[in-house]
Amino acid sequence: MSTVASRAGPFTHTANSVTRTMVWVMVALTPATLYGLWLFGWPAVLLFGITLGSSLAAEAAMLALSGQPVHARLGDGSALLTGWLLALSLPPWAPWWIGVLGSVFAIVLAKHVFGGLGQNMFNPAMVARVVLLISFPVQMTLWATPAPLGSAAAPSLGQALAYVSGHTSVPEHMSAATSLGALKTELSRGVALTQTTDKLAAPQQMALGEEAGSMGETSAVLLLAGGLLLLGLRIISWHIPVAMLGTLAALAAVSHALEPARFASMPIHLLTGASVLGAFFIATDYVTSPVSRAGQLLFGAGIGALTWVIRSLGSYPEGLAFAVVLMNALVPLIDRALRPRVFGRSRAGKSLEVKAEPKIKL
Amino acid sequence: MMLFQVRGGVKLSYRKELSSESAIVRMPVPKRLFIPLQQHVGSPSEPVVEVGQWVGKGQLIGRGGRGISANVHASTSGTVTAIEERVAPHPSGLNQLTVVIEADGEDRWAELPSPITADFPLPATPRELNDRVAAAGIVGLGGAAFPSAVKLDMRYKYSIDTLVINGAECEPYITCDDRLMREAANEIVDGVRIMGYALAAEHIIIAIEANKPKAVKAMREAARADRSIQVVTVPTRFPMGSAQHLLMAVTGRETPADKRTAEVGAVVHNVATARAVSNAVRRGEPLISRVVTVSGFGVREPANVEVRLGTPVEDLLAFCGGLLPVPTLLINGGPMMGAALPSVHAPVVKGTSGVLALTASEINDGPQSPCIRCGKCVSACPAGLVPVEMVQLIKRGDLQGAKAIGSQDCISCGSCSYICPSHIPLAHYFSFANGKLNDLDRDARRQHRIRALIQTRNERTAREAEAKKAAAVARKAAKAAAAAAAAAAAVSNETLETSA
Repeated sequence: MSTVASRAGPFTHTANSVTRTMVWVMVALTPATLYGLWLFGWPAVLLFGITLGSSLAAEAAMLALSGQPVHARLGDGSALLTGWLLALSLPPWAPWWIGVLGSVFAIVLAKHVFGGLGQNMFNPAMVARVVLLISFPVQMTLWATPAPLGSAAAPSLGQALAYVSGHTSVPEHMSAATSLGALKTELSRGVALTQTTDKLAAPQQMALGEEAGSMGETSAVLLLAGGLLLLGLRIISWHIPVAMLGTLAALAAVSHALEPARFASMPIHLLTGASVLGAFFIATDYVTSPVSRAGQLLFGAGIGALTWVIRSLGSYPEGLAFAVVLMNALVPLIDRALRPRVFGRSRAGKSLEVKAEPKIKL
Repeated sequence: MMLFQVRGGVKLSYRKELSSESAIVRMPVPKRLFIPLQQHVGSPSEPVVEVGQWVGKGQLIGRGGRGISANVHASTSGTVTAIEERVAPHPSGLNQLTVVIEADGEDRWAELPSPITADFPLPATPRELNDRVAAAGIVGLGGAAFPSAVKLDMRYKYSIDTLVINGAECEPYITCDDRLMREAANEIVDGVRIMGYALAAEHIIIAIEANKPKAVKAMREAARADRSIQVVTVPTRFPMGSAQHLLMAVTGRETPADKRTAEVGAVVHNVATARAVSNAVRRGEPLISRVVTVSGFGVREPANVEVRLGTPVEDLLAFCGGLLPVPTLLINGGPMMGAALPSVHAPVVKGTSGVLALTASEINDGPQSPCIRCGKCVSACPAGLVPVEMVQLIKRGDLQGAKAIGSQDCISCGSCSYICPSHIPLAHYFSFANGKLNDLDRDARRQHRIRALIQTRNERTAREAEAKKAAAVARKAAKAAAAAAAAAAAVSNETLETSA
């Protein structure tokens, strides 16, 4: 009789794996991504491909450098997902080097410098976005108006190559501000939000994504569908998304009710920007979020609050990436402070006390 | 009945259908039986037979040792051919002192204690019933093999009002309790009532996982005999069969860490144990056989088999059509908390709920990948621990750090290892760390004791030296005094002489 390699139990294991998890997250992102690629046309398709390709290349190089099995680790899908999330957070018509630099920042700086998969403190895609935004504010805030593939306004593949190569910059008439950007600019000129809001897309348009922005900012509905899929598959739990969106919604509703001229309404906060993408796909990143349920609630609430603070009181129109990175820094503390209570012990770690006398005495 | 929330746990692929519809079959007595003298938690039993001696079926061959221990009996009649160290299913993996019996084929009973057949209330005191259970060598048949009489004695130390009967059978594959509840519900309920009487329990709760509806039905039927018994369906969620967690689910009582369930007024016994108690009281029969589930993709004919204790696993497998020609791992018990069998020659013991032949596809132990901190181990841990953090500390060699956040509260259920998408053997790390910590504790205790001994010795020698010195001083003083006295006497003599 032969036996398979033996070690301590259990002798049964889940069918789940790291790769399966990553693949499902990408499946959940697919509808919103396809919609975004269609909405912004060839330039977006090219930038998406470049970003994913360079992420994989950067991962392969770092794995080889650190002496890890390149083939096995590259196949886990984590680098592909990082590149994917980064691409969704970039202006869809940005030049190629934005995608490549972003990938290098994400994979090398944010991930492998810390020790690779599972070791990074900060969300790689968000680190890359923050670094790009601070380093290249012009390219990172030049948003294209939707020009769906097949429409008259859609750039041809040739034009797309010109935009992406950086030879031609995006023409004036094709660029626009994001909804949050428009609100911030007008507010800084002294125009009350109540007036600006009328010029924005209607909430249902925002939900569908017919507005300027990154691919991940646009279709809240499709992103939500993907998020619900991940919830249904139990790949993510509800704690972070609900805490984050709930906090953001509550702060937006209260502030808007108090001072409508200064603070944007709840639907604008939830439907524009990267709120939905952030809640379901970014903040829920396993590696950079707390492991306990209580910790996840606090973490989500923190991101929601910081996002609102940066959007409403800061100088950047969108604050999600900053909020995520700031809360990432608190994760070790949160994990330490909010461990679950041990069975049979008090929160302080003492064995539970029982006061009972034997019923029958000898 | 209202159930209470139990934290953690995992949903498993159960594969109970492999054997759940096979009625219990009785395996013929094998030619040779190998009966280890330690099949229970506690100290081993002492052999009371000699090589060459004829023993009857049910005759005592090992008397329970000091402290917590259990008797061991001959599973058939025959001749003792050896008492020697042999391979056995023991967590240590070490050989165990084993009584080898060559069956004489007659299967003749030795003289048994007289049956108590009267209906309830029984004409026996709780003490007499406890003694009967202890004499019969009954241990927890759910797999833990804790001597049952010790648990029944809890009433003298704690205030016990509740008896919980564990029919959860939360391990995958294992169906022996399910079949027993369907086929021997009356015997089980009788045993339950005997234990309820012995404990003077006011409430009796028989808890069965929801994936065994037929067993629930049969037990409800049988439990009509006694109105203090409630049959409760509990959610199918591993490790529901853990005594502390089952008690929590059905009563809401949380057992304090490092304590027994008796501390919160309850005792938990397994259904097969209840049936063994009934046999011991009603027929005077000691524990010499048990129902074992033989299953797994590597077994030709999965089955539930009533086997004599001491039957070699290879004979049992042969009885089930043998193994299929695929590589398999043999497991004693369930796949979650069972252990790999050291050899096919190892015998079936009291704690053997299952013998599984698992193929690689069932075990599905993928290659390890880096931890992605998904936190699934945290949600799954029924003890409320943070496996992901403990394993980091242990890998770093910080065992005290792991202990500080609760590694010793780990119940080794394996839920974390099961659920880990990176296939990290978390539970294995905790067993390792806790073993090491126990060693360190023992060392520390030993050193403490050595220090204490050295100190006592030093104090004694110091005292002796002091005494010697004092004696020397005293001697000197005495000598001086004597000399002085002599001198004085001389002087006075002189004076006398002078004066005279």
